[in-house]
Amino acid sequence: MSAAPLVTEGLGRPIKGPSALGSDFRRFRQLTWTLAVTDFRLRFFGSVLGYLWQFMRPLMLFGVLYVVFSQIFDLSGGVRFYPVALLLGIVLYGFFAEATSGSVRSLVDRENLVRKIEFPILAVPLATVLTALFNLGLNLITVLVFLLAAGGRPHWSWLELVPLIAVLATFATGVAMVLSSLFVRYRDIEPIWDVVLQILFYVSPIIYMLQTVTDKGGIGATRAILCSPFAAILQQARHAFIDPSHISVTDAMGNDLLLLVPLAIVVVVFVMGFVVFDRAAPRIAENL
Amino acid sequence: MSAPPVPAIVVDSVSKTFEVPRERVHTLKERALHPFRRVVTDTMLALDDVSAAIEPGEFFGVVGRNGSGKSTLLKCLAGIYGVDSGRIYVNGQMSSFIELGVGFNMDLAAYDNVVLNATMLGLSPREARRRFDRIIEFAELEDFVELKIKNYSSGMLVRLAFSVMIQVDAEILLIDEVLAVGDAAFQQKCFDEFARIRESGTTVILVTHDMSAVRRFCNRALLLEKGRVVEVGDPEQIGERYLELNFSAEARAVETRLREATDGAAISALPRHEDPDRHGDGGASILEGWLEDEHGKRVTVIGTGQPLMIAMRVVFGETVVDPLFTLTIEDDEHRIFMDAGNHHFPGAGRFEVGQEAVVRLSFAAVMAPGRYYVTPGAARPGSGLDALDRRDRLISFVVTATAHTSGMVVLPFDIAVTRSTENLIT
Repeated sequence: MSAAPLVTEGLGRPIKGPSALGSDFRRFRQLTWTLAVTDFRLRFFGSVLGYLWQFMRPLMLFGVLYVVFSQIFDLSGGVRFYPVALLLGIVLYGFFAEATSGSVRSLVDRENLVRKIEFPILAVPLATVLTALFNLGLNLITVLVFLLAAGGRPHWSWLELVPLIAVLATFATGVAMVLSSLFVRYRDIEPIWDVVLQILFYVSPIIYMLQTVTDKGGIGATRAILCSPFAAILQQARHAFIDPSHISVTDAMGNDLLLLVPLAIVVVVFVMGFVVFDRAAPRIAENL
Repeated sequence: MSAPPVPAIVVDSVSKTFEVPRERVHTLKERALHPFRRVVTDTMLALDDVSAAIEPGEFFGVVGRNGSGKSTLLKCLAGIYGVDSGRIYVNGQMSSFIELGVGFNMDLAAYDNVVLNATMLGLSPREARRRFDRIIEFAELEDFVELKIKNYSSGMLVRLAFSVMIQVDAEILLIDEVLAVGDAAFQQKCFDEFARIRESGTTVILVTHDMSAVRRFCNRALLLEKGRVVEVGDPEQIGERYLELNFSAEARAVETRLREATDGAAISALPRHEDPDRHGDGGASILEGWLEDEHGKRVTVIGTGQPLMIAMRVVFGETVVDPLFTLTIEDDEHRIFMDAGNHHFPGAGRFEVGQEAVVRLSFAAVMAPGRYYVTPGAARPGSGLDALDRRDRLISFVVTATAHTSGMVVLPFDIAVTRSTENLIT
């Protein structure tokens, strides 16, 4: 046995053990990308109908909701393009749900990556979010087709969609980091999160329009709802992408400063998510 | 004077413990219901102050029994586990192969899987794509490129995975028992490849049970036991120690069992007619039996070919003239390996009541490695069937060897190969 060397300089690269980002950021990027693309391709090209299903899933939900809530109950709130607004809501919610609930099990499902090779652990949940983002891109094409068919016309404000989706993805990533690292220790996160997502679906103005909330519950209810980052992003996306008759978030809240609330929530969730994940990362491999 | 080369890997007093919760809180619900309940955890020391320096270009073996910490050490080196204390330094591009085919997806064809796996192992995706042809060629899977790998046989999968592994050119490779792969022909190819890696100056750390692989490839090896370094040295020496450790643990267990059954107080407590392993009318009692090596030290493990002495001590309960003593050695499968006695030797003389005799049988332990049992017996003169005492399988011992043999004995031999000058095609 060689004696423990006292001089530690010049002995090479210290091995620091597993971490969220790993020691090489390029590798982190490449692995996240590779994982996400592989997952996406598997779902997309995995079966002959895979391509079709990817479009059909939100459309089928849309079909049912549309029939029920515009033909039977009228929830359109007098806005233009209610069906497209509904579809956009479903698609954005679908992204958020897919990214977060998919990430819950992600570390456990990719156990052999985490336990068998040196791996930047954060790449795993991040890839899940990225895959969901690819799907969102596809689904937005469907929304676009519907919008154009309904009579919507291209507009510069469409570009606003890019930062909006970026913020939503940031939010989803924050949640994904919390959920995936907690799931390693608490296996009941999965059903709990399913319930939370269900609640989110109904408290967000997806089926009903924000206009209806303002009409029935006044400015207080509107503000309360828009404190949810998801609701605020969705509403702004409708305003920018579908039609200006969907009231913008700042107008709806009636106070520019209030806009900071959903933004702050996104930032806090993301930072907290990273801290939680980063602290859990060194021991995830052995606790799985 | 040039500075000594910087080691490829320095392991500086590394310790690693695992926390094993006694009752695992698996759900958030439990946690919420009992927020203040302390989670009792046991700590398990997997690595205890392990230090080593591995020189560049070395083929370094890490051996140890199950649970000795060798895989944990490898995972710490690879950066999969964090260490509790101590430091690890690595000099050069490192890649680890703890499992073949990490990241393989059964629903994808060979191409995607090669790229996936190679990316996981440290190649850039572009580099992985560039080497695809070479990988497939080495794996001899050119005809199956389009096939989803879920339709591959397990041998084909392993070949593909191994081929990716050797294409990842790292300066330092960490390998965990992945040598025994594929059919004989492919195995030969793998071995050749290992030899090539060895020649090319790549530093390799190999964790394995397989001592023949260690002897075949390694320059040096490290033996771990219970998380501590037992010895670092040349493969022969480590191989010897490993087998000793391995078998002596087994031998110890057997011995304890035997002692519990027949030793000391147990003998007097158990009337001899109730001891199923005891035969004879009690005219004499075999008190003990043991093994000695050439230095007269009592042992339970002996190396093949070493001088060996098996002994028993007998006390007489009646007067016997010229008693016969036998020592029967059998192997694990009850095959009698040797049956020795003093039948054809000069008479032992007269033993009075209470007198003791010690019988010593000396020979070279030429038997193949394995566990052996000795049944000592004492009988009245004559046919030897009139037993005074016989104790079935009283002694057990283990013969170790560094080289494997499929024969039953290992005898000293000489083998000559000469070139025949006749029959040459001219």
